[in-house]
Amino acid sequence: MSEAQTLRAPRPKGDLHTETQLLSMGPSHPATHGTVKIMLEIDGEEIVEMDVQVGYLHRGFEKECESGTWYQAIPYTDRLNYNSAILANLAFCMAVEKLLGCEIPRRGQWVRTLASELSRMGDHLTRLGAACLELGAMTPFLYGIEARELCWDLQEMLCGARVTSNYVRIGGVQRDVTPGFHERLGRSLARIESLLVDFDKVVTANRIFVDRFRNTGMLPVEKLISYGVTGPMLRAAGVPLDLRKAEPYLAYAEIDFDVPVGSIGDNYDRFLVCQEELAQSIRIIRACMPVLEKTVGEPVNVADPRVRWPGKDRVFGRMEELIQQFKGVTEGIRVPAGEAYAAVESPNGELGFYIVSDGTGKPYKVRCRPPSFANVAPMREMLIGGMLADIVPTFDMINMIGGECDR
Amino acid sequence: MAGADELIGQVRALLGADVLDHHTHLGDATILVPVDRVRECLERLRDDPGLAFNVLIDLTAVDYLGRDPRFELVYHLASLELAPPAGEPCGIRRRLRVKAGVREQQPEADSVALLWDAANWFEREVFDLYGIVFPGHPDLRRILLYDEFQGHPLRKDYPKERRQPLVGPRN
Repeated sequence: MSEAQTLRAPRPKGDLHTETQLLSMGPSHPATHGTVKIMLEIDGEEIVEMDVQVGYLHRGFEKECESGTWYQAIPYTDRLNYNSAILANLAFCMAVEKLLGCEIPRRGQWVRTLASELSRMGDHLTRLGAACLELGAMTPFLYGIEARELCWDLQEMLCGARVTSNYVRIGGVQRDVTPGFHERLGRSLARIESLLVDFDKVVTANRIFVDRFRNTGMLPVEKLISYGVTGPMLRAAGVPLDLRKAEPYLAYAEIDFDVPVGSIGDNYDRFLVCQEELAQSIRIIRACMPVLEKTVGEPVNVADPRVRWPGKDRVFGRMEELIQQFKGVTEGIRVPAGEAYAAVESPNGELGFYIVSDGTGKPYKVRCRPPSFANVAPMREMLIGGMLADIVPTFDMINMIGGECDR
Repeated sequence: MAGADELIGQVRALLGADVLDHHTHLGDATILVPVDRVRECLERLRDDPGLAFNVLIDLTAVDYLGRDPRFELVYHLASLELAPPAGEPCGIRRRLRVKAGVREQQPEADSVALLWDAANWFEREVFDLYGIVFPGHPDLRRILLYDEFQGHPLRKDYPKERRQPLVGPRN
């Protein structure tokens, strides 16, 4: 640690004349897994000033949502944070359900909890693996990606899609867990755990890795709070804020798990926090499994046909159900007029949806509160005075997902 | 929800006549304040030791085309418990939604970027997508769209299909 500090000590000014230069990093840079342009003013390798320019992946998410039905907005939420699409589906559906006032059956809550944690694991594994890759370490990336593939295989068993899940629906989920899911889940979790052990052995105590991550990208806690930073970034700085504990939703209140925190909030702490959160996610999934086995056959969707239309077996056989399905698809479900905000703990922090309904079948306003956007904003302050090489580990640990930041 | 009603009572006691309207629909405590007082109100909500809204979670706007005032700014505040008992996770003590109507003829509201750093980018986004100006903002420019973009796409009178002029490369 002391070595890193001496490296970072500012050079004495005035003994050698230097000039700053401008460097444009991005918008498509091989060492950043996000589409962002960083305009840098550097003095040698020291960052004097930087401007982070986001927006390269702006697709008009909110505008598109306003032109379709409530259901048609769900696939768009998949494309916000495409590493953990289920959580964005969930946050949106929870906001709509809040306006509708519908209560999801108990089994539905547990299925959603399990799916959320699978999704979170996929996101954290990408973050940790890609961080190593971008620092030049290919091997740990492959461990991370193998584990992520296992998560995505399970997600595929749940909903047929690996990335853009479209799994959570207003009033429940697309379908219950498929046969054979539990056996596969048990095997996959065991394999993921062994991969995480390998990953930990290769990376966590690696001298090169530690030197790049230790004491970089820090910001005082007050600043992080002022910037509205949430999630692992804030927890790494020692603030144990986790919406799963602070405002328990789904089945989290009934599950025993820990909220890992760091001490100084540098990139290394962020890395360790994410690593521990993976272990906690596995613990939560293991707690979900017996409940799901006990409640086989219970409904996962609300029984109200105005919200969640009937299954295909009934739609194709009975007149009333066919009409309900037709009206639900063409006109959209009616959401009572009003406004609501609901938030979930996404892998990057508080992912919230503020929605306004005017009582018709289309949303009047869908606002996504993206954690990535709030987390990228303080990057300038984190890096000014640091070295050029600190950008990559800091950007990796911020885990900016362009789809979510730029919407 | 009792908690939300109680919170509205506290907020009204603090802000007095600045609370033009309030509701606790679905448990979300919401107040409406005059737009020319919004910065003062938010500052008092932040600094009051009993309320201590230390986090600006979100800022957005809604376009109610055909209404006066046409726009509504929506601030989501949260009060985060910073020093929880040892070993316990932090709680969010309370949340509040603060709204302010913004007239079409004068689409502006004082910037709160000096109260919360988070407001810097959020206000740039609202400016970008709704065209609401925030006097006092240190660096108000477009954030998600490019400088040459014409119009503000989240306004309800901006057609989704509108084409924008092609812009060549910039250096």
